[in-house]
Amino acid sequence: MAEVTPDVVEAHGLSPEEYERVLHALGREPNLVELGIFSVMWSEHCSYKSSRIHLKKLPTEAPWVICGPGENAGVIDIGDGQAAIFKMESHNHPSYIEPYQGAATGVGGILRDVFTMGARPVANMNALRFGRPDHPKMKHLVQGVVAGIGGYGNCVGVPTVGGETNFHKAYDGNILVNAMTVGVADANRIFYSAATGVGNPIVYVGSKTGRDGIHGATMASADFGEDAEAKRPTVQVGDPFTEKLLIEACLELMATDMIVAIQDMGAAGLTSSSVEMATNGKAGIRLVMDNVPCREEGMTPYEMMLSESQERMLMVLKPGREAEAEAIFLKWELDFAVIGEVTDTGHMVLEFGGEVVCDIPLGPLAADAPLYDRPSLSREDYKAWAKVAPLGDVPASTDLGADLLKLMASPDLASRRWIWEQYDSQVGADTLQLSGGDAAVVRVHGTRKALAMTTDCTPRYCYADPYEGGKQAIAEAYRNLCAVGARPLAVTNCLNFANPQRPEIMAQLTGCLEGMGDACRALDFPIVSGNVSLYNESKATGGGSAILPTPAIGGVGVIADYGQMATIGFKAEGQAILAIGPHYPELGQSLWLREIHGREDGDPPRVDLADERLNGEIVRQLIAEGKVTAVHDMSDGGLLVALAEMALAGGIGAKIDAMTSEFAFNESQARYIVTVAPGVELDRSKVPFERIGTTGGDGLVVGEQSVPLAALREASDSFFRDWMES
Amino acid sequence: MAFRAAVITFPGSNCDRDMAMALEKVSGTPALRVWHGDSELPDRLDFIAVPGGFSYGDYLRCGAIASRSPVMRAVVAAAGRGVPVLGVCNGFQVLTEAELLPGALMRNAQLTFTCRAAPLTVENSQSLFTGGYEAGETITLPVAHHDGNYFADDATLDRLEGEGRVAFRYADECNGSQRRIAGILNAAGTVLGMMPHPERAIEPELGGSDGRALFESAVRGLVAA
Repeated sequence: MAEVTPDVVEAHGLSPEEYERVLHALGREPNLVELGIFSVMWSEHCSYKSSRIHLKKLPTEAPWVICGPGENAGVIDIGDGQAAIFKMESHNHPSYIEPYQGAATGVGGILRDVFTMGARPVANMNALRFGRPDHPKMKHLVQGVVAGIGGYGNCVGVPTVGGETNFHKAYDGNILVNAMTVGVADANRIFYSAATGVGNPIVYVGSKTGRDGIHGATMASADFGEDAEAKRPTVQVGDPFTEKLLIEACLELMATDMIVAIQDMGAAGLTSSSVEMATNGKAGIRLVMDNVPCREEGMTPYEMMLSESQERMLMVLKPGREAEAEAIFLKWELDFAVIGEVTDTGHMVLEFGGEVVCDIPLGPLAADAPLYDRPSLSREDYKAWAKVAPLGDVPASTDLGADLLKLMASPDLASRRWIWEQYDSQVGADTLQLSGGDAAVVRVHGTRKALAMTTDCTPRYCYADPYEGGKQAIAEAYRNLCAVGARPLAVTNCLNFANPQRPEIMAQLTGCLEGMGDACRALDFPIVSGNVSLYNESKATGGGSAILPTPAIGGVGVIADYGQMATIGFKAEGQAILAIGPHYPELGQSLWLREIHGREDGDPPRVDLADERLNGEIVRQLIAEGKVTAVHDMSDGGLLVALAEMALAGGIGAKIDAMTSEFAFNESQARYIVTVAPGVELDRSKVPFERIGTTGGDGLVVGEQSVPLAALREASDSFFRDWMES
Repeated sequence: MAFRAAVITFPGSNCDRDMAMALEKVSGTPALRVWHGDSELPDRLDFIAVPGGFSYGDYLRCGAIASRSPVMRAVVAAAGRGVPVLGVCNGFQVLTEAELLPGALMRNAQLTFTCRAAPLTVENSQSLFTGGYEAGETITLPVAHHDGNYFADDATLDRLEGEGRVAFRYADECNGSQRRIAGILNAAGTVLGMMPHPERAIEPELGGSDGRALFESAVRGLVAA
């Protein structure tokens, strides 16, 4: 076995101080296998060493939360003895290096996190951030990521129902690919990862282990240097066909009573799955590496432990049930191997060729894990560093129609049809609504209930003011769920930030988390699962820049009867259009300011959490009472963009009262647009609304100005079409 | 008499449940589920459905491995005896690979997976499957495929057209299919292969119910017989 030298330690991404901790934990020098295990377990990706103390401050509890952060995914009660299980996870670094496989295996990994806990996955979502469309690599990256997400999700037969996509130069050298899966399980049949029962067999199922993805977690825990391309071999390769078989085989096994514990092999593969299972069970573990199914000859224990080959699971079975379980996996033509047992030693012991090749005490591996309270800039110092110019004077616009057309054709607002037509959004025959509106809605199979889901974050707000931006991301998710008539229940998140060793980046992280925490508490919208992706910055393409702080939020809510679901499209001519919620002269960080005036200045809109909650409850009530015919929230682009989206979705125009550009395009929060049929009156004492117009015609008429729907549609469709055909 | 339908499941099938649910909702009888390794089908079948998905991962060629599975030998034999067979999406690809239907499904002309509502023209309203539609009627069914580009040589296409065996045609360009063919029948009119998904369009809440008439027509025709 190779000698452990300082160079070898450094190549494993451990700092000299961290190596001292290894020596302390072991009481001796590690061998290479042990060093590899410490290296991945203490990587940022697995240990959350820079974020853990801050994550603890997030609210994670509510009466309907069955399982919060710490397991493979979060679990909430959705009534009738059923649970929704969901999580979002990043696959940023691999997707930049190899977009198809990076994105595909991101989907595969998050699916496993969800079905590991006993749920049948019912929907996939995603949150994507790309660089400037005219960046030389960007078209290739977008094509690859979208094809990869589709290629995996379409094959496993889980509908991809929505998500969000932004473009900004800050992602030129480091795109973000965040994937979310939502599943449904029986609330009394949730599976956890704690390995218990001394002597119980540890079983490996799924694909064989190959040499792919070795050190993926370590790679995902560092900045990209000039050599990003050279890291391609650390990207895993996915096989969605095997995943589909694995889902069916695991769910079939879960319908029996044979499983004690189960965990997927994700980042850091066999290492993190076995360590987490043993640690959660306060047990020990003994693995015989000779029994690990391998794809290639001559693989060493080091390679087996660090491989990130996909579509593999580890489980603890009840004793004596191996043959029954094996029969299920053989039926699905998957590998099944007993590779070890649960022990009471508190150690992870690996044997190979009759020799012990690793003996690590699990307690110190966890207890001695590095934990950093990294220095952070104060709010004032951050503001000075971020150099966001004050809003100052903004000239009013005289041609709202021209501005609107320009906005509708801009990369952040244009129709995403080119993307979502590449995803099978219908398989499962339960998809009620795609997230082209506000939230996506999927029926709970065989019931009248439906799950609503959305992914949200406005990174430009988070950069300008991390605290308000963090609040806004949660508030928008809440609003999107309310807008379809769902009761918002809980949140998963994917925290994408740059290098935490820079105090300004830590200021972004802690600011966003504080804002998120305050919003979650005010809205009764706890965080039940999540993932942190740091070191998202790159010198690879000459960008030399950090990404915008991007705490992507995945919100889930429930609709009691999908017959009452709301959608955004105008339904008929002659209906009153009402704006609900207060608006302010908030043009700072608006898309209008950026797209029309080329400025990214000013403070982002403030989020009044009391207004957000109240208006959300009002809108849900109006939907439940059947008083409104269409509902849409106002967010990116403001009121006029929201009206254009409602008109395009319904194929019906509208006549709107004359307005200023400030009214048309400010991005004030906590606001909705609704339509009501003639004769329906809303109670002004309970609903803070303002009538702004009437549906009808084949254009959007604002005061004296008119834009045909056909022109809006052409503008909206033009961006992706022209880009992809260029 | 109860309607006895079977839905085949290959490893990688993913529309098998949707197909079974659609058959059950329309016929009132649960569909029988048949595993790819079974070399015999249940007896007295009225109807066999080969569903969509990615059978055997669609490795080699879409539908190629499935067409050589034990159960497909039994399906081909049953089709030979006149048992109606419906193949949807990957099922259509399997039926062409099994040579129950002529031609082949190639990669979409646009090279990307395409999932959207596709308007279709009903070309033949006289078959067991299409008797619930009017000839020339436009219906809308979802498509979701990467390899739906129907190809056959001109002589085969002419014969299909001449014999009224084009069941559905895309009303708009969809995937580069020859003569915009979306679904075809065998010579006896007892085997239908189509890329659009009727099983996903049987409830208005899911964006349409134009697929329902296909199942209703088959159930009515077969239970009456």
